[in-house]
Amino acid sequence: MTQAISVIKSGLLTTVQDLGRIGYQQYGMVAAGAMDPLALQVGNLLVGNPRGLAALEITLLGPVLRFERPCTIALTGADLSPRLNESPMPMWKRVSVKKGQKLSFGTPREGVRTYLCVQGGIDVPVVMGSRSTYIKGEVGGLHGRALQSEDQLPVGKTDDRHQRPGVRGIQLSRKYRPCYGREIRLRAVPGPQEEAFTDEAVERFFREPYQVTTQSDRMGYRLDGPKLSHRSGADIISDATAPGSVQVPAEGQPIVLTADRQTTGGYAKIATVISADLFRLAQAGPGCQVRFERVSVDEARDAAIEQEQFLRTIEYGIKGK
Amino acid sequence: MTLRFQPLGDTGVRIGFGEAIDPAIHRRIRNFTRKLEQTSIPGIVEWVPTYCAITIYYRPLDISYGDLLEKLRQLNENDRSVSKEAVREWELPVTYGGSQGPDLKEVARHNGLTSEDVVRIHSGARYRVYMLGFVPGFPYLGGMPDRIATPRMENPRPRIPAGSVGIAGPQTGVYPLETPGGWRIIGRTPVRLYDPHRQPPVLLKAGDTIRFRPVSEEAYSQIQQKLEREELRLEDLLYGAISDEMDS
Repeated sequence: MTQAISVIKSGLLTTVQDLGRIGYQQYGMVAAGAMDPLALQVGNLLVGNPRGLAALEITLLGPVLRFERPCTIALTGADLSPRLNESPMPMWKRVSVKKGQKLSFGTPREGVRTYLCVQGGIDVPVVMGSRSTYIKGEVGGLHGRALQSEDQLPVGKTDDRHQRPGVRGIQLSRKYRPCYGREIRLRAVPGPQEEAFTDEAVERFFREPYQVTTQSDRMGYRLDGPKLSHRSGADIISDATAPGSVQVPAEGQPIVLTADRQTTGGYAKIATVISADLFRLAQAGPGCQVRFERVSVDEARDAAIEQEQFLRTIEYGIKGK
Repeated sequence: MTLRFQPLGDTGVRIGFGEAIDPAIHRRIRNFTRKLEQTSIPGIVEWVPTYCAITIYYRPLDISYGDLLEKLRQLNENDRSVSKEAVREWELPVTYGGSQGPDLKEVARHNGLTSEDVVRIHSGARYRVYMLGFVPGFPYLGGMPDRIATPRMENPRPRIPAGSVGIAGPQTGVYPLETPGGWRIIGRTPVRLYDPHRQPPVLLKAGDTIRFRPVSEEAYSQIQQKLEREELRLEDLLYGAISDEMDS
């Protein structure tokens, strides 16, 4: 394990994330993982990694990093004006970096979270099946915390096949890159506690726009908009949550639970955002407008299958080169 | 027995067993969990048992919601007896009152008891871990006598130390890590319910039982030191190692 990347400045919140900690939620262990799993997986494919290897999740104000040895990298997700030394660094593209080169970021242009995928993956220890950082529980990532200046990051062994010159410069065509607009549409399946709400509240939830507030982080997104009324109180007997669960406390404003969500909660849940749309929320910053669209479980599954086919198309495209 | 199935988006299904915190419902949930552990349904990733339900997480690419429900119904109707679950009973040392349990007097006053009464009642009961959640290793316990029930604080404290034993309404619990919290804190245990550097990181599992044993502050420190030096192992906290299934 060699130290491949030095952290010169940490940025606002830079953590190691993979696809999350699976299998320990029954012990209250928070799943964590990339907020935008689509960008993470595309980035890994671009550098020739398995889709779920650990990468850096960079939030809004990026870090300054120095490569201590040659690496093959790709940046996906939000466009935070990345620069390699003094030149703009392309997004959604495999890039070979030399020893001593510095990666830095500037003004956020589109989206909130960027993924830095490195060939070989960020090789921190696997804890309970995952390298994802869960800060509150002090597990995973680098010492269970966000990156700090002077940290050194190890990178896993690389596969020499990908080092040949012909496979450099692979990029995701523009037409396939996701757009992270200021107005997003999230498909959601009603329930499991929609009967805890008035009919009017459920109808309103799927009709009216909500704004992302500044009280939004890896745990959940607090939204602001028309009040959602409960029939007889917001509290339920504590029950499990899912990624995308929309819980509504007594004040009547929805909270969409995301990667670092608590495994169980005591507020009624009006709906669940479908898995294929969670990345859209992860890339929405404060002030963005959110609209919810009611879909069935089968429609939600079709969307998940469609997203999987998109990833497989990229995977085959890259392997064919 | 009819179950209620509800989707949590396209990756979860909630199986409802009832609408109350109830030992009989809990036993049915434990039984269904044992069936899940002893079978393999393609697409299922993991599950979380709670007071009234089991929530199953699955990969929608591998199985449709309809097919999953069909498999889960079959599993429920399959009466092939599942192996009996060994119930672990833990004995957690607790120093009550003082700086470690600043709300002991308030809990006593609220219920018209003395502090000694509260300690005797709290440590005299046997508690069942109904579920774990909120933060890693936090046990939702059932079985606290109503005589010491006390409402939550109106203003939660910004920091509750790990190991704090608290009361909120009819519930009691132990904080696995330092978090903000509104429970009435009556004592503290030196045993860490969650330690990311330990294997396993979470001490308890749903279905376990717990007794609290009052110890002096001096004994608390000694036990804490022994646990840190690994002179005392977590297994040593098991009461009679394995006991019979609890009835109530």
